[in-house]
Amino acid sequence: MLEILLDATVRAGTPILFATLGAIINERAGIINLGIEGLMLIGALSGFAATFISGSLLLGVIAAFVTAFIAGSIHALICVQLRGNQIVSGLALTMFGVGITALFGRGLVGKTIEGFERHAVPLFSKLPLVGKALFNQDGLIYFSFLLVVLIWFFFYHSRWGLNLRTVGENPTAADACGIPVNLYRFLAVAFGSGLVGIGGAYLSLAYTPMWIENMTAGRGWIAVALVIFASWSSFRALFGAYLFGGVTAMQLRFQAMGTTVSAHILQMLPYVFTIAVLIISTLRLQKGASQQPGNLGLPYDREDRK
Amino acid sequence: MSLRIEKREEGTPLFRSLATTASLIFALLFAGLLLFFAGVDPAAAYLEIIKEALGSSYGLSETLVKATPLIITGLAVSIAFRMQIWNIGAEGQLYMGACGATWVALFSGLDSPLMLPAMFTAAFLAGGLWAAVAGLLRARWQVNEVIVTLLMNYIAILFTDYLIFGPWKNPDGFNFPLTAQFGDAARFTEYFNTRLHSGFFLAIFCALAVYLLMERTIWGFQVKAIGSNPNAARYAGMKTGLAIFLVLTLSGAVAGIAGFSEVAGLQHRLQHGISPGYGYTAIIIAWLARRSALGVVIVSFLMGILLVGGDSLQLSWQLPVAFAYAFQGLILFCLLASDFFINFRLRRVKEDADA
Repeated sequence: MLEILLDATVRAGTPILFATLGAIINERAGIINLGIEGLMLIGALSGFAATFISGSLLLGVIAAFVTAFIAGSIHALICVQLRGNQIVSGLALTMFGVGITALFGRGLVGKTIEGFERHAVPLFSKLPLVGKALFNQDGLIYFSFLLVVLIWFFFYHSRWGLNLRTVGENPTAADACGIPVNLYRFLAVAFGSGLVGIGGAYLSLAYTPMWIENMTAGRGWIAVALVIFASWSSFRALFGAYLFGGVTAMQLRFQAMGTTVSAHILQMLPYVFTIAVLIISTLRLQKGASQQPGNLGLPYDREDRK
Repeated sequence: MSLRIEKREEGTPLFRSLATTASLIFALLFAGLLLFFAGVDPAAAYLEIIKEALGSSYGLSETLVKATPLIITGLAVSIAFRMQIWNIGAEGQLYMGACGATWVALFSGLDSPLMLPAMFTAAFLAGGLWAAVAGLLRARWQVNEVIVTLLMNYIAILFTDYLIFGPWKNPDGFNFPLTAQFGDAARFTEYFNTRLHSGFFLAIFCALAVYLLMERTIWGFQVKAIGSNPNAARYAGMKTGLAIFLVLTLSGAVAGIAGFSEVAGLQHRLQHGISPGYGYTAIIIAWLARRSALGVVIVSFLMGILLVGGDSLQLSWQLPVAFAYAFQGLILFCLLASDFFINFRLRRVKEDADA
């Protein structure tokens, strides 16, 4: 019973994990991205469409990354090169994503594909309790583990990662050191958006292998909130995403057990939970444990005198 | 020769409106491209939008019907905008307002002269209380209001579903997820044999009230001052936290009125999907209107054309309703890009001068 619940936790948490990691890369460079919800939808639809046409799941994941990368580039162009308002641009990206996927997904509603299959890792999958949940999963979940480590390594053990953090923290200093601020910001937004797209593809290729209009149902916004909970760290993002996955899994379990509580009330739980988590992490942030990039949300203009 | 970006002095009003018009035209072109790729002839589609929304007196009345909730929610969002506060939750506040009004309509037992004012009050309070949660969190602990108001939309819509699938379901409704129909006392008057209802005049009244409150009172001035420079405002002795709380609460209360107007004027009951996303379109309206109440009315009318046209495209071309969102997203992108050309100019300079 607990094993099943943990397994469902990881599966429900994975799309949010990809999205949160992508959003962290955005915000580390100093750019707020409220387009996560739209990017997830774009990834979900293009991933499903590519797999449906080609029969290859790998092509689906690549298509999700590429289309979300391109859509994220619009946000990057507006926020970085054109110094536009990041909040409005992100909202526009979400609206654009909701609309364009509804338009181009019309013909794919009700179609089915073979989704990702589970592959047990020898030995590890025999571990008690967590073995099945962590090591009898599909390829994308293993990829997400790898990604968490890679992103941590990138930020704290590579020159480029240090540069990127500097760009988000203090672009003026970064510029003075000869770091191309705008290039770093642009690539961080576009690449982070691509990862968000893979999160969407996890929904349409593994979690529920089909395309449904608006199938992300607010997961993108939950990811935006989890970035703050995660203090912009990839390991804490993993924790946060699974915490959310756990609430979702329990909620589904309650429904399946046929409780007398209305399904609609139970479905509120993940959102209520996210707001509660947001409040707690904001309070903690103010106690001085802030990891928030210093120049988050501000456009950089070399000629601005501050 | 190379290009150099320079700050521009405040653009003239003529230049500004030209840039805004140009960005709308670009948005139309990009959306046309999308339609083309989706297998729809964009010219025919645009012609149909104009014809449906403006070509007949009935079409025009439908445009005003759609503009009604847009004006009210657009005003709601624009109130918060003045303070650089983002109310992304107008959608949820509209739903809560509709729930409040429905509760009075179905269960209060009031009659004619009292019923509508009571419904109005309930909607105003319900929307206001819903937004007050985000207001309190933002004012007291700086919790990000964008995320809170947005997540609360999902909760409000689920709450509405809970009511109509559960305790408020019409017992004689063949198990459909709807409440019972409102009595006559709980309905707005309709005009000219169309669906145009008193809610439209209520919306215009709201625009006037918001204009007077924000432009002609000291409180409105304070809100604007806090929005443009919170530190200076605090130094001048203004209570910024309280103002943030009040502004978000008022913003939600106004959005709640839109819910009242929709159930009393149009639906005459509570059901799923009473708003196809008016609260989100409201964000664009407030942004386009640049915080002016009259601007909100004008832009809402334009968006009303788009929505009425969109409904008809849905029937004739099987376009999804959500396509309007893609269009609105494109409008915002183009506007943001045009802002750049309003605030900066590109000047060609000689290479050596750049060094």
